Amino acid sequence: MSIDTDTARRVAKLARIKVEDDALPALAQEFSAILGFIEQLNEVDVDGVEPMTSVTPQRLYRRDDVVTDGDQQDKVLANAPDAREGFFAVPKVVE
Amino acid sequence: MSDLTKLTIAAARDALRKGEVTSAELTSACLTAIDAADTLNAFVHKTPEVAESQAKSADQRIQAGEAPDLCGIPLGIKDLFCTKGVASQAASRILEGFKPEYESTVTTQLFDAGAVMLGKLNMDEFAMGSSNETSVYGDAVNPWKVDDRQLTPGGSSGGSAAAVAADLCLGATGTDTGGSIRQPAAFTGITGIKPTYGRVSRWGVVAFASSLDQAGPMTKDVRDSAIMLQAMSGFDAKDSTSANIPVPDFEAALTGDIRGKVIGIPKEYRMDGVPAEIEKLWQDGTAMLRDAGAEVRDITLPHTKYALPAYYVIAPAEASSNLARYDGVRFGHRAKLDAGDGITEMYEKTRAEGFGPEVQRRVMVGTYVLSAGFYDAYYNRARRVRALIKRDFDQVFADGVDAILTPATPSAAFGLGEMKNADPIQMYLNDVFTVTVNLAGLPGISVPAGLDAEGLPLGLQLIGRPWEEGDLLNVAYALERSAGFNAKPAKWW
Repeated sequence: MSIDTDTARRVAKLARIKVEDDALPALAQEFSAILGFIEQLNEVDVDGVEPMTSVTPQRLYRRDDVVTDGDQQDKVLANAPDAREGFFAVPKVVE
Repeated sequence: MSDLTKLTIAAARDALRKGEVTSAELTSACLTAIDAADTLNAFVHKTPEVAESQAKSADQRIQAGEAPDLCGIPLGIKDLFCTKGVASQAASRILEGFKPEYESTVTTQLFDAGAVMLGKLNMDEFAMGSSNETSVYGDAVNPWKVDDRQLTPGGSSGGSAAAVAADLCLGATGTDTGGSIRQPAAFTGITGIKPTYGRVSRWGVVAFASSLDQAGPMTKDVRDSAIMLQAMSGFDAKDSTSANIPVPDFEAALTGDIRGKVIGIPKEYRMDGVPAEIEKLWQDGTAMLRDAGAEVRDITLPHTKYALPAYYVIAPAEASSNLARYDGVRFGHRAKLDAGDGITEMYEKTRAEGFGPEVQRRVMVGTYVLSAGFYDAYYNRARRVRALIKRDFDQVFADGVDAILTPATPSAAFGLGEMKNADPIQMYLNDVFTVTVNLAGLPGISVPAGLDAEGLPLGLQLIGRPWEEGDLLNVAYALERSAGFNAKPAKWW
């Protein structure tokens, strides 16, 4: 399957990665090559095979529904590029 | 004692307990070796203060007669592990300046056992790569060298492999999503084991593809892998996929007796384009196990061919989801914004600046295969194929096979930069022998078994039954004894 530049642009947008227009054709070509490689999977008969959800047979265990953590605001914010007044700060979202 | 950095973990442990050496001396020898090896670019964040303080505590514990196996042993830690107060950036620009407020479970367990952290080790960005050339820190360099070229130590755990092979530390942590412990171990003549999925906690290890990622040790020999894996393993309530089953004594499993064990040789691993000397090494390894009393049996794993394409759907899909958290809000890099830029521009610019080309490529491929209209055709189909790959192994083990012997890599270490203009799929082929093991959640170990005509190390891989790392390590131990590999890179750095 061949990916065109519009699809490459859409995927970049969905992934929230800025790609300049002049880089899109090369990106589309790379995607096409990788997807061409992946398309070998179409040769496999997967009728009646369930998609794997867990590689080991164990079920996810349940923990007790209790508070075990919290009250660490300073630590949570310590690595933020911009933290103010106890919050993460971001560009204005609502006018 | 001379050449302290060349000691195995087992030899250092015994010397420490006998009082022949102190952890402070071992640590100081390693720190000196590290400072003299900047050319290898293996250690990217050095932590001498942490190391010296941990060594001091370890020496006190040893004197008090209360010393676990790893007490006082200097180790290197892959940059993918979060270490409290110490830079942990997965070799990515997007985590520049990130200093975790917490300690990963693996490093917590190692430190509780008395291990000493010398520093953080180079790797491919977010563990995506097979040559350590995608790192924000620059390439790590293989201590093995046969001509003017600088060679890759492999990847993604390239810094770990280079550091252990060059005797900068006694052992190192690695992680393996598609071969990232076993391929670099093979390229540098050391031993590395990826345990069964769920054996080692993933908590605090920067996530790449959560259903495939497992941490493991990279060491100078099989015994050291057994010792270090022991300390890294065990149930962790903070990782919901961690297995709540007992961890056996791996070192005690190393009897070297493999009489009656059934070793499978999968015909699908005989591939076009693989050098004759790797084929020969594989045959030699088979003969060694037979001579040691194992029964060798031809087996078939029919879906092997589809492992790499399935992996390159599943791993990018999980990566695109895991790496969504790098948004410039909570940690790491945030792009400088222009007037009028809103939050979407902040995300897009931050991720374009913060992620390197290979990471961007995989995040976008993952986004594509998960997007509406393609989810079934790509992602669900890949998960079905994954189930078939696992079924192949289940069948072979049900038929009585104890371990499977294969080559570890399709070539010896190649030159840094040599794959620069190759298309990404050429690089992906490095993992052709290792990636099946991650898809099936099995334990796999790479053991150095010989040198190629140029004098570069080659490894063989053994694949074991789930949760039978002890048995697998024992077969590896028998192979190691028969192969007698003891070559070391000549020091040029």
